Amino acid sequence: MNPKFSVILLTTLIGAGQGLFIAVFAVELGAHFGLVTPPIIPWFYFYGALLSLGFTFAGLVASIFHLGRPSRAWRSASQWRTSWLSREVIVLPAFMAVTALYAAAHFLNWNGPYGSGEGGITDPTMLLGFAGFALAMILYLCTGMVYACLPFLREWATPLTVVNFTLLGLASGFALAAAATLARPPLVRVYAACALAFTIAGLLGRLAALARNARLRPKSTIQTAIGIKHPRIAQKSQGFTGESFNTREFFHGRTIAFVRSVKWVFLLAGFVVPAVLLALALAGAPKATVVAAFVVQFAGLVAERWHFFAQANHPQNLYYQAVA
Amino acid sequence: MTQLALVIDLNVCVGCHACVTSCKQWNTSGTAGPLADFNPYDKDPTGAFFNRVQSFEVGEFPNTQTVHFPKSCLHCEDPPCVPVCPTGASYKRAEDGIVLVDYDKCIGCKYCAWACPYGVRELDEERQVMTKCTLCVDRITDTALPEAERKPACVLACPTNARLFGDIHDPDSVVSTAIRENAGYALMPEWGTHPANHYLPRRKTERHIHADELTRADNPLKVDGLKPKPPKSDPALDDVMSW
Repeated sequence: MNPKFSVILLTTLIGAGQGLFIAVFAVELGAHFGLVTPPIIPWFYFYGALLSLGFTFAGLVASIFHLGRPSRAWRSASQWRTSWLSREVIVLPAFMAVTALYAAAHFLNWNGPYGSGEGGITDPTMLLGFAGFALAMILYLCTGMVYACLPFLREWATPLTVVNFTLLGLASGFALAAAATLARPPLVRVYAACALAFTIAGLLGRLAALARNARLRPKSTIQTAIGIKHPRIAQKSQGFTGESFNTREFFHGRTIAFVRSVKWVFLLAGFVVPAVLLALALAGAPKATVVAAFVVQFAGLVAERWHFFAQANHPQNLYYQAVA
Repeated sequence: MTQLALVIDLNVCVGCHACVTSCKQWNTSGTAGPLADFNPYDKDPTGAFFNRVQSFEVGEFPNTQTVHFPKSCLHCEDPPCVPVCPTGASYKRAEDGIVLVDYDKCIGCKYCAWACPYGVRELDEERQVMTKCTLCVDRITDTALPEAERKPACVLACPTNARLFGDIHDPDSVVSTAIRENAGYALMPEWGTHPANHYLPRRKTERHIHADELTRADNPLKVDGLKPKPPKSDPALDDVMSW
């Protein structure tokens, strides 16, 4: 497939935004049960939710650029019964709305039972947080399934796609949370530790996917594509000498060496370097290392997503092997 | 239930691209609007087509066969492009099984093209909607046309009659008969899409001639297995004519 930067940015930005929301709500939940000390930064939850909203909104804007007719985008919510893309289109704005309500509820200090200020599990902020957490997880599922549900794109058609979208989103979200809470050492340590754990888990998941894809044997061949039983079939003409939608959309046009080098770039920048930086930050390195960890990891995850698209080999490419 | 489909006879197709040009002509002139072209008479021409003819070489020189392979939407009975469409623009007509795109609902997200293993959907870059073979739905249902012309443009254009059109659910239709009697097959059966369009394979016409067919058994001149050999004294033809 030919990677589109609008889709790459959509999936990476909303993944980080969802992870950040979960990170923010995890602290509220943890504080409620006395597991973490509640943050003393004023408006912590409010700004955290707002930053998450900023990331998901940026992702939504990026997604518009891959549509031919963005003005009709509202129609894409109609086929939720059959289409994972339609489900994603519904869950993303729902998650953004709940995030906005969560920010508003904290802004209005509705964190006592129905606004009393005492704090409890049935607070409006807490209920909205649970709803946001559920929607964030469902959105990871929808985003992953958009790719995992296409059976003949075999590099994608695996549960690992959903697992990796979730783990990488959580890793970048918690790294972002650590970078955003620099001024608050106990909190930044919790976030950095979680981000490190998710990064390592994400690395394992991604390596598993790479190992699986390296062993894939194509199900469709030129023989099944045109239905002729002969070991030697060579295309002599694809029917036109210029380009077409089929040659632009499904071929990335890069060399195998380039794709392979992107793999090493994303393995280093997306996983190894941020993991080392997060470990250094936990070991007492200057606070700015967590910021560097997030920036490097996000760039690495953009490369990861590029490779994810480029690696998928569409069976239609069998029909476009030779111009003339 | 009706399932309209094309049957393409690879044994007869000569790769002339008449189906490509007639398809483009009909579908760029219809009420759905033009199928956009860019630089049609210039360097790097590109544009949306519903039908392409590709050529493959099978075998190794000198034992090769050139196979011309027309490729358009196969109107799958279980089309993977339809359920993935987020807007419902991509649909399969219940009455005749044609897979269509509602150009007024399509948002141009290209997800249906990703979901088609055959690569037969092409985005119209000008209208920014997904386009594909309609089996000339505006032609085959047009009662103003004479009955014989209510066929897809490609079928009418084919000079060798390599393209057959009909209902594959009707066992007596020309397409069902052709599939049944000439070993018609579907493309990429491994994905369970059950394409309605079928292809007829290359067929070699062979005739076995037995030795006794080379000599005429009832030749009266060879009744005894011997050629008549008149004596030299008998008048020859020249003698008869010489007087």
